Amino acid sequence: MKTFCSVWLLLSLVELSPAPPASQEPPLACTGAPDPAPPQPETAEDMASTGDLEPTHYPARRAAQVALHYLNTHHGSPFRVFGLQQVHKASAEDVGAGGRKYKLDFSVTDWGSGSAGPALRCSADVLFPRTERHSAPEVQLHCEALHQINSTAQEDDAFYQKYISPDSAVSARDIPDSFGNMSEEMQPFWRLARVAASFIMLRESSENTEFNMAKVASVTQQESREEQLMLEFVVLLHDFPSQEIVQWKLLASWSPDRGVRVLQTEWQPRCPHATKPPN
Amino acid sequence: TMKGSVISVLVVLAVVDRLAGGLEHRSYDYTKYHTMDEISAWMNQMERENPDVVSSMIYGQTYENRNITLLKIGFKSTTPKKAVWMDCGIHAREWIAPAFCQHFVKEILGSYKTDSNVNMLFKNLDFYITPVLNMDGYIYSWRDKTTRLWRKSRSPGTGNCTCFGTDLNRNFYANWGMVGISRDCCSDIYNGPTALSEPEAKAVTDFLGAHQNEVLCYLTIHSYGQLILIPYGHPNISAPNYEELMEVGLAAAKAIKAVHGTSYKVGTAPDILYANSGTSRDFARLIRIPYSFTFELRDKGNYGFILPEDQIQPACEESYQGAMSIVNYVHDKNFKSAAITGTLATVF
Repeated sequence: MKTFCSVWLLLSLVELSPAPPASQEPPLACTGAPDPAPPQPETAEDMASTGDLEPTHYPARRAAQVALHYLNTHHGSPFRVFGLQQVHKASAEDVGAGGRKYKLDFSVTDWGSGSAGPALRCSADVLFPRTERHSAPEVQLHCEALHQINSTAQEDDAFYQKYISPDSAVSARDIPDSFGNMSEEMQPFWRLARVAASFIMLRESSENTEFNMAKVASVTQQESREEQLMLEFVVLLHDFPSQEIVQWKLLASWSPDRGVRVLQTEWQPRCPHATKPPN
Repeated sequence: TMKGSVISVLVVLAVVDRLAGGLEHRSYDYTKYHTMDEISAWMNQMERENPDVVSSMIYGQTYENRNITLLKIGFKSTTPKKAVWMDCGIHAREWIAPAFCQHFVKEILGSYKTDSNVNMLFKNLDFYITPVLNMDGYIYSWRDKTTRLWRKSRSPGTGNCTCFGTDLNRNFYANWGMVGISRDCCSDIYNGPTALSEPEAKAVTDFLGAHQNEVLCYLTIHSYGQLILIPYGHPNISAPNYEELMEVGLAAAKAIKAVHGTSYKVGTAPDILYANSGTSRDFARLIRIPYSFTFELRDKGNYGFILPEDQIQPACEESYQGAMSIVNYVHDKNFKSAAITGTLATVF
């Protein structure tokens, strides 16, 4: 972190392009500590009452996004990442001990197959505990025909064989680049990062957040362990309500058999003076 | 002869120059993201090449003292015309938005001579189009890979604050500070020390204020989310023409979907996204510009702000139909009925 800041300091002192009368940046200019999401005045109907929710409104969509993160943690792979297509029906009710449970009927598509593939119909229960300190939402999920969609076993195996070899040491930054480009070789790593990030996005979600992965800042392959690919990622997550970009470092393992597991996560302050994590 | 060779050389150079000028225009790549310098040069070019329908106006300065410039597009008139306002790039990282403004300008300039609908729009309306409103922020987001996701302006923090920037779309004098903002100046939704503290927001405010009676329609272009948002950002305040705005928005979403099947949702921000205040869209509606919409372009979170260049064309094509659907509605509401009345008058 210190090295990063020193490099940043040097970079900010070197003006690469002719600047107009510009404000001189203080050395530690940064995007700031993420606030806990500002308390949202809740849409009167959707948040307070029990019963049917408008499927196009944000409370249903945020809950569905949580279910989506859960789906990706279980079924995501280097060649499969799901995206939310549409919420069909939603309802919510307050449950004991101050939690709120959403019942959802929604569709997802597999982004991994290139363009919009067939949609999968899913149903989920998402429970947001309303506790003093944040705790992760609980999800129960069922998707139709999950095992009938085209298997990616072949691509998974080929990818695994290529990178499990002891001299493999993949290392890359900024996926995608500023123009949205990523090489074909990097795509499975991007998807793995997205899946690994889903563990964090799931854990950090509440009714006041809506997370997507904005980009992969870096991927660094670690020494394989127990026949698992070991990847250290730094991911940037975007949260809609606060519009913040939140940075996390994580260590994930993957193999075709065991899928993605996240072993370590570390929230990274983007300002040196920020020390408190988002939740 | 010597003279003959010189003349031939000059003729060749002149022809090459004209060709190069034409090629320069034809070769502007609307399917790539462009730097602020490139966009400024392109704006000059649009004005130079279309002097009978394009003029530029500087209507303010950014914090870093850059000229905030719009293109005024339409048949020139001695009397004031009704107008449509479009701004792109209030938020620096939403690169697809300035790309859309450029695409929109290219489309209308390329079709007004041959397309009777666009021709009629040019006759009755002026388009005021600002391709990049938050120029300082946009330039900053191009600086290097660590700045790509910058959102706000680049004014320095006041008081004890060590962070830069105010969220321009929370800084307008429209229920300023009421909801969906942060008072932490490091936050990406920091609404500024005061309303209109940011010169960029002030520039738009002053212009719209001065042209209040002319502007029929206010469109502000953002990403991402695939949404059309109508006023207001506060959950307890409804626009007087809410029903109509929903209808117009839904028609625009339908027009968008017809192009490439892309789904857009329509509604107020507190319904479909989150509550907010101090937005330019709300300000426009508050000063009685009847049709005020925020477009949140592609995608829904797969690539988010960093939309790949190969999606610029389809994203712009579909959004163009959405925007034109709204523009045509607004136009017809203000001009067709007058034409009908005129015909009836002559019959009787």
